[in-house]
Amino acid sequence: MRIDSIDKLAAWRDECRKRLDSQKKKVLVCLGPGCLAGGSDKILEEFHEILSKKKITDVTLEAVKKTGCHGFCAQGPLVIIEPEGIFYTKVKKAHVKEIIETTLEKGELVEKLLYKERNGDGTDHAIVDYHDIPFYKYQKRISLRNVGQIDPDRITDYIAAGGYSALAKTLSSMTPQEVIDQITKSGLRGRGGGGFPTGRKWATCAKIESDIRYVLCNGDEGDPGAFMDRCIMEGDPHSILEGMIICAYAVGSREGYIYVREEYPLAVINLQNAIDSAREHGFLGENIMGTDLCYDIKIARGGGAFVCGESSALMKSVAGEVGEPRAKYVRSVVKGLHDKPTVLNNVETFATIPVIINEGADWFASIGTEKSTGTKAFSLAGKVKNTGLVEVPMGVTLRKIIFDIGGGALKDRKFKAVQTGGPSGGCLPEDKLDLPVDFDTLTKAGSMMGSGGMIVMDDRTCMVAVARYFLGVLVKESCGKCVPCREGLYQLHKLCTKITKGKATEDDLNLMENLSRVISVASLCGLGQSGPNPFVSTLRYFRDEYMAHIRDKKCPAGVCRELITFNINDQCTGCLACIAACPVEAITGEKKKLHVINQDLCTKCGSCYEVCNFDAVDIK
Amino acid sequence: MTQTDMTKLDKIFNNNPQSPGSLITVLQDIQREFRYLPREALEKTAEILNVPLSKVYSASTFYAVFSLKPRGEKIVRVCKGTACHIKGADIILEQLESGLGIKAGETTKDLKYTIELVNCVGACALAPVMLVNEKYYGNVRCDRVMKLVEKD
Ligand SMILES: Cc1cc2nc3c(=O)[nH]c(=O)nc-3n(C[C@H](O)[C@H](O)[C@H](O)COP(=O)(O)O)c2cc1C
Ligand code: FES
Ligand code: FES
Repeated sequence: MRIDSIDKLAAWRDECRKRLDSQKKKVLVCLGPGCLAGGSDKILEEFHEILSKKKITDVTLEAVKKTGCHGFCAQGPLVIIEPEGIFYTKVKKAHVKEIIETTLEKGELVEKLLYKERNGDGTDHAIVDYHDIPFYKYQKRISLRNVGQIDPDRITDYIAAGGYSALAKTLSSMTPQEVIDQITKSGLRGRGGGGFPTGRKWATCAKIESDIRYVLCNGDEGDPGAFMDRCIMEGDPHSILEGMIICAYAVGSREGYIYVREEYPLAVINLQNAIDSAREHGFLGENIMGTDLCYDIKIARGGGAFVCGESSALMKSVAGEVGEPRAKYVRSVVKGLHDKPTVLNNVETFATIPVIINEGADWFASIGTEKSTGTKAFSLAGKVKNTGLVEVPMGVTLRKIIFDIGGGALKDRKFKAVQTGGPSGGCLPEDKLDLPVDFDTLTKAGSMMGSGGMIVMDDRTCMVAVARYFLGVLVKESCGKCVPCREGLYQLHKLCTKITKGKATEDDLNLMENLSRVISVASLCGLGQSGPNPFVSTLRYFRDEYMAHIRDKKCPAGVCRELITFNINDQCTGCLACIAACPVEAITGEKKKLHVINQDLCTKCGSCYEVCNFDAVDIK
Repeated sequence: MTQTDMTKLDKIFNNNPQSPGSLITVLQDIQREFRYLPREALEKTAEILNVPLSKVYSASTFYAVFSLKPRGEKIVRVCKGTACHIKGADIILEQLESGLGIKAGETTKDLKYTIELVNCVGACALAPVMLVNEKYYGNVRCDRVMKLVEKD
């Protein structure tokens, strides 16, 4: 149906809802990146295969559908049965028949697939409805509201979930200025990392005299440990489009692009499908919903360069050039794509817009803290139990995210640090865990909230090696245009490597600190300016660990290979596990006899340590 | 380049506006079709889009997805995202490099295997992650790397 007047939308929504409501039971199969990697596409096929041959009351084929990432990736592949919210974890293709026969036909539970929460005394109890699982209970989902709930390829699902009603409200009852005022009043700040007030950006763009203005979406997601934007683009593409269309109305734009990195092929496909169906139904193109508004969106594919997430580089890349940033004497909102005024916002920022319009600026501003309103999505990963997508109100503590939602460190090891903000961010230690998560607090503590990557590290993570890792990413990603970034980060990385090899002196460390200051003040764009952060923040909180590498030539975490040796102690039961796991056959021994590592062959990969169940491998 | 290659190339040019602004898209399409950017294709691109060859070369070397050398039948990608890194992606890579006798970014002489590095593929729960063509392998153990690569 083509929506050529605003009134028609409500009728269509009723129709979409009725159709969904008529499905007594719904089966949602998560096809987010984590579950897909676990083979969930095969699970969906199996459901369709069996159900196409077998009729079950209350379950239609249409009601078995794919969704984007449901959030709790660590328990994937996930299958959820609505309306009860039955949450089946670690599902395999072979379980499908049982789910159909037991749950869909008889209405009983498949116990073994239920989520088990650990009790204080080490026993478990099963939780049926996912809303009751601590991982979900403490979250508040705004930008992720539909991700994992709807089929991204069905616009009818989005409509039934209230989609495009914010656009209808905007077009029927708000002037462009009123839209900008609402966004300003909501206090929304950009979710791409910078935290710039979105309303102010829009207002600036709208004021500039120009025949053409662009509205662009930044889906580059350059942080090498983050996947929130990807999950929104794959799982709820229409919410991004709706946010962009509202922005186009507010600032007076007719044309826009979504910049997606080449590594996200499914995001490109789902966005393109969404664009096509939005156009077909009258939400994009000429005379949107029968009004005077004309706006269209194209996808620009990035080429896998971190620096292309930076606004001026991104715009060059969209224009088909090499993505080198320029000095920003004039901001890109004034002189952006093709030198025209341009609004560039992050995926999550745009996905939040429709909710603000619908629920009102005051409602949004009441969530979060005074200076950081609303919620923020994070991809929680690393050495944490509950890896996945998390969205929480701003101002909750890091501890709440990592321990209450995340379940704490993997294998109950000792928590050591949390890294946020990707290569531009930093690491915070345990005593900073009670800091509220918002734009300003984390920056003051020497890290940053960033775009939403959150990586948990335990006592087996070496902070020097982490700094070296991020510096390595930045050296590779520096575009090479300015000297402080190109040469400075290169030297910083070299010196950091020297530390991990136990060859550095304290003078080297001083040199690194000086160099960091120069790189920060003299670099052209944000990549260089914040480039030393991973080093500076780890040095600030983990100086001891640096000194251990430099003075004692030791790596306390047991990671830096030049500085450690592996030995088997007398806890060894002779179980042969490490012998099987060693990739270089450096371990010898017989069953029930103490095993021995041949130091000449050992590559210090740590495999024996990981597989040993008896704490019999020492790292020194 | 063979005649069929030329036809494929012409099709790519016809599918895109023939102006300098299409440079990146055209290069992406060529990369997808040929799995790398052949020299003649770059020369042709420069001519048709009216961009200096030096600029075409600059774009081809700037973006990580482009390759100037032919790539293997099986592309083995090791995730070097943060989560995979702290769960030992380095060691996976090392096993792979010594097993195949090439470094990351290189292709075996028989054009069978190419090793590439990628950033987070969104499957951090399964870190460390490795992909062989489109197939994901999670919780990869370093003693299993070569078995996974050589499978089918
Ligand atoms: C080196 C560098 C990389 C960046 N990468 C991204 C990115 O991947 N995604 C993103 O949304 N913003 C990124 N940004 C921030 C953008 O420049 C810009 O501030 C943002 O897209 C604006 O949208 P927002 O206000 O909604 O956050 C990056 C900035 C720098 C300096
Ligand atoms: S991918 Fe399925 S829960 Fe994240
Ligand atoms: S870091 Fe490897 S999948 Fe996320």
